[in-house]
Amino acid sequence: MADITGILPAITIAIPLVAAVLILIVGRYENIREGVTIAAAIAMLCSILAMLPEVLSGARISISLLPMVPGGDFALRVDAFGMVFALVASILWLLNSFYAIGYMRALKEHAQTRFFFCLAVAIAAAIGIAFSANLLTLFVFYEILTIITYPLVVHVETPEAMKAGRKYLAYLLVGGIFLLAATILTYLLTGMTDFVPGGFLAGSGSDLILRILFLLFMVGFVKAAWMPIHGWLPAAMVAPTPVSAFLHAVAVVTAGVFGIVRIAGWVFGMDLMASLGLGIFLAVIASFTIITASLFALTEDNLKRRLAYSTVSQLSYILLGVSMLSIAGMTGAMAHIPIHAFMKITLFMAAGAFIVSAGKESISDMKGLFRKMPVTVLMFSAAAIGICGLPPLAGIISKIYLALGAVEGGMPILLLVIIISAVLNAAYFFPIIYTMIFEHPDDERSLDAVTEPPLTMLVPIVLTASISVLIFFFPSMPFMDLIEIAIAEITQSVIP
Amino acid sequence: MIESFIELFFARYNYWMAIILMLIGLYALIAKQNLVKKIIGLNIFQTAIFLFYISFAEVKGGTAPIYLPQGIDALYVNPLPHVLILTAIVVGVSVTAVALSLIVRIYEEYGVIDEDELMQAVRRR
Amino acid sequence: MTVINHLPVLLIAIPILASLLIFAAGWYDRRFAYPITLITVLFQFTASVILLLQVMQEGTIRYHLGGWAPPLGIELVIDSFNGFILAAIMLLAAATVVYARRSVEKEIEQEKIVSFYVLFQLLVTGLVGMTITGDIFNLYVFLEISSIAAYTLISASRKPHSYVASFNYLVLGSISAGFILLGIGNLYVATGTLNMAELAAILPASYGLATVHSAFLFLMIGFSIKIAFFPLHLWLPDAYTESPSAVTILISTVMAKVSVYALFRILFSVFTTAYIIDSFPVTGFILLMATVAIVAGAVLAIAQDDLKRMLAYSSISQIGYIMFALGVANQIALEGGLLHILGHAVMKGCLFMVAGMIIYRMGTSKLSELKGVAKTMPISCAAFALAGASMIGIPPTIGFMSKYYLVLGAFEAGLWPYAVVLLIGSLLAAVYIWKFIEIAYFGDHHDNHHTSVREGPLSMLAPMVCLAVLCLIFGVFVEVLMEAVGPAVILLLGGV
Repeated sequence: MADITGILPAITIAIPLVAAVLILIVGRYENIREGVTIAAAIAMLCSILAMLPEVLSGARISISLLPMVPGGDFALRVDAFGMVFALVASILWLLNSFYAIGYMRALKEHAQTRFFFCLAVAIAAAIGIAFSANLLTLFVFYEILTIITYPLVVHVETPEAMKAGRKYLAYLLVGGIFLLAATILTYLLTGMTDFVPGGFLAGSGSDLILRILFLLFMVGFVKAAWMPIHGWLPAAMVAPTPVSAFLHAVAVVTAGVFGIVRIAGWVFGMDLMASLGLGIFLAVIASFTIITASLFALTEDNLKRRLAYSTVSQLSYILLGVSMLSIAGMTGAMAHIPIHAFMKITLFMAAGAFIVSAGKESISDMKGLFRKMPVTVLMFSAAAIGICGLPPLAGIISKIYLALGAVEGGMPILLLVIIISAVLNAAYFFPIIYTMIFEHPDDERSLDAVTEPPLTMLVPIVLTASISVLIFFFPSMPFMDLIEIAIAEITQSVIP
Repeated sequence: MIESFIELFFARYNYWMAIILMLIGLYALIAKQNLVKKIIGLNIFQTAIFLFYISFAEVKGGTAPIYLPQGIDALYVNPLPHVLILTAIVVGVSVTAVALSLIVRIYEEYGVIDEDELMQAVRRR
Repeated sequence: MTVINHLPVLLIAIPILASLLIFAAGWYDRRFAYPITLITVLFQFTASVILLLQVMQEGTIRYHLGGWAPPLGIELVIDSFNGFILAAIMLLAAATVVYARRSVEKEIEQEKIVSFYVLFQLLVTGLVGMTITGDIFNLYVFLEISSIAAYTLISASRKPHSYVASFNYLVLGSISAGFILLGIGNLYVATGTLNMAELAAILPASYGLATVHSAFLFLMIGFSIKIAFFPLHLWLPDAYTESPSAVTILISTVMAKVSVYALFRILFSVFTTAYIIDSFPVTGFILLMATVAIVAGAVLAIAQDDLKRMLAYSSISQIGYIMFALGVANQIALEGGLLHILGHAVMKGCLFMVAGMIIYRMGTSKLSELKGVAKTMPISCAAFALAGASMIGIPPTIGFMSKYYLVLGAFEAGLWPYAVVLLIGSLLAAVYIWKFIEIAYFGDHHDNHHTSVREGPLSMLAPMVCLAVLCLIFGVFVEVLMEAVGPAVILLLGGV
């Protein structure tokens, strides 16, 4: 048994890759192709769950696959924090796959084989990022993720989409270059790039160099979409909704913030960051992003774009948590990754359902949708309320930790940021809910043909919303437990 | 000043001649418009290099490197550069042949062998 | 056993005889020409692999032609450096020959095919000779054999413009050869020998002499023209664009790489690092020109509207990468440089094969006419995407690995501003590669004016796909390559 566990990380990544090849081969038989996607998603989830007990017991699963270049082998290591990301990604991939199948078939989209192929490779890359044992491996998967999501972003192939795709690629590739530079600099400073709980950079260079290095990393993780380098994310909204869901919740942005947390906890270490004053730097960026992005969101009428700015704002909560450099703050940051993922994917799936069933993308057109699509609208509202940080959804958990962290870290002003942002969140979400539930459409008959979306879409929406509720009631299992282990790891620097 | 310069020139005048020839060849190769004249320039350029080789092989008072009654003690010029240049001449001839046949083809195709006119003709196509 | 001992000379002698045989047999019946070429090149490939393995196990092989020991006789030397290059170029040559059959049938007039293969064989043989000879004048002779064959082959295309391209190449190539000949003459004047090993031993005594300096300059300029080192690249774009596809592949991979090899050999094995760094410091200048070449080549490539011409300018940029290694001249950077010699040969070979395939099927390589070509030629375009990713330097392809070593080497030498240029160069590569990808995959697929177009024949597809996959395999298993590259670099830097 132990032997199998040892190679499970590699198997987990191999499953979607094999599935991707199969998808290409059986591409013309839609049902078989979709069967492959679903089977792979289930298999991958199982293989991750199989590793869960071991990780929960505090152990780590390491596997070195190949020697690569000086500075790091191609190696995987499953630890508690990586597990959080992997678990979120795999659960959401499964649900998103069902949803995507429903969505793509309902809209009769073209090039579906390419679409599912890219999704499968992208999830492999996301899991790879979660399980990377060192910066180089992380970089490899990070770049693969960039490239393979491009066809997804430009899927509709309109000139507008191509333009957005170019923007997407430009931001992310430039970011990748910065990440590579940062990785190489790290290697030159310390002679290693392996993630070490509590960091390994301390004392390896002058303060200035380390500060520059941190900045390089920050730009490198452009996928975290902090302002002012967030431009690609709203642009990428031209993509089909399952892709937006994928970008926002399952993989891409999560990979970005995951990377920053990894850097903070496992490369720099909280003590070093504090002594370099990086916490304040990060706090300024995060606060600025949270408030500004919320304001942007207020002005958007296109639902998906408003959600995009909401994502930009929410991601910076995670950065904010990191910037506090306290246990509670870090816990809040890590907890916000899964919590935000589940709620945001609900929102996007619901937005996609509005497009499929009602053909509506603008908020002002959505008057009275509640009467025709009650379940979808309810789920949307629930998730929106959760994002604002109200019970009984999971959003409040991370916010409480963040608030605690702000106090604990001696930066009460951040508390103010959190409160202002909660108000702004409410300000841009409640009007949507109000429009959909209480307002009447201008033309009553325009909604006659509208029904709930097909079950393949509706069920995932309900499931993700329910999970968001479940996390509120049972926060420990498994996310908070995992996060606790991760926090213990980086604060005490215990290497089991 | 000038005297020492002249002295330097005459002491190594064979090399200077090679260099002057080479420059003439290069000039023709680059500045002449007529493709055939370019090839003539190329030939002058190559010949200059051949002469350079031959002249540094020279040993004062040396004879041809053939077996003489004195045996190998005889003073003879270095034969190796001659051999090398024999090869280089063959190469030069081949290059010239290829170049001329290309010019023939270009003339057949475009009806010009003047570089500027050729470029215009190419652009017109 | 005895045959193995004589393998170095057989590597040259058999193909020269074979080229005569092709001529004679082809006279009798045209159909004999191709099989003989194929068999001969495959023999050369096998022999080169055997020699490489032998060198890696037993050390340098020295073979005295006709039993005459140097300095009287000519010596063939195969050490860990040119053993590696030899195997690499023969791999590419073998792939090209397989690819050539159908492509040549289409692009070259029937009655020229026999002489085409004669010259093709001579070109390959001349390049092999350049690689394994230990005598510097012999190097010149082989250089001219291959050059004359190349001039003729370039003009074999049906396009009349190829005559002009060939003529221009001939003029510049002859100037380059003239300079090389002069340089060799000066070296002989200074030392009295033409054997490279002896040159290396005798030269240090006369490092200060003007003769040696001028020899160095003549050789440097001569080879810079030969490898199309910016700004001496003027012959290259036309020559690559106008020649038949098979010839383009051969000269852009095998010939370009052998010329680079010869330059490395002369700079490091004849003049040694001590000379190029201390006595006649050119590395700084080379480095500067290399960065200019990287950027200028890539920018010019972006400006092109013809696929082949774009790839040609890309070659100028990529040559810059290899020369960059030469300019940095430390262990890691040179490892990257040698890796890039192989890597660039493989990926550029693949890209030109795709271009040739497109010309084979569609008769054009104008980018504007290739919209949506991925729909009709999916395999070719997938190969392009993979090799293109390698060109950009997306991990885990070979292109990434070599650039990683180069950047690491530059950082280690404290040349980080130059390293930044390297990184920018790969972004620019992304732009021109993406230009094609965008057109091929996401171009307007609604005007299906070339629905009759389909994938090319298997004999063209197979080598192309092999090379594309090799980009990936070499990247993933780069450690295996390093076993050959590492000792080669140590040898170059003057170690044991």
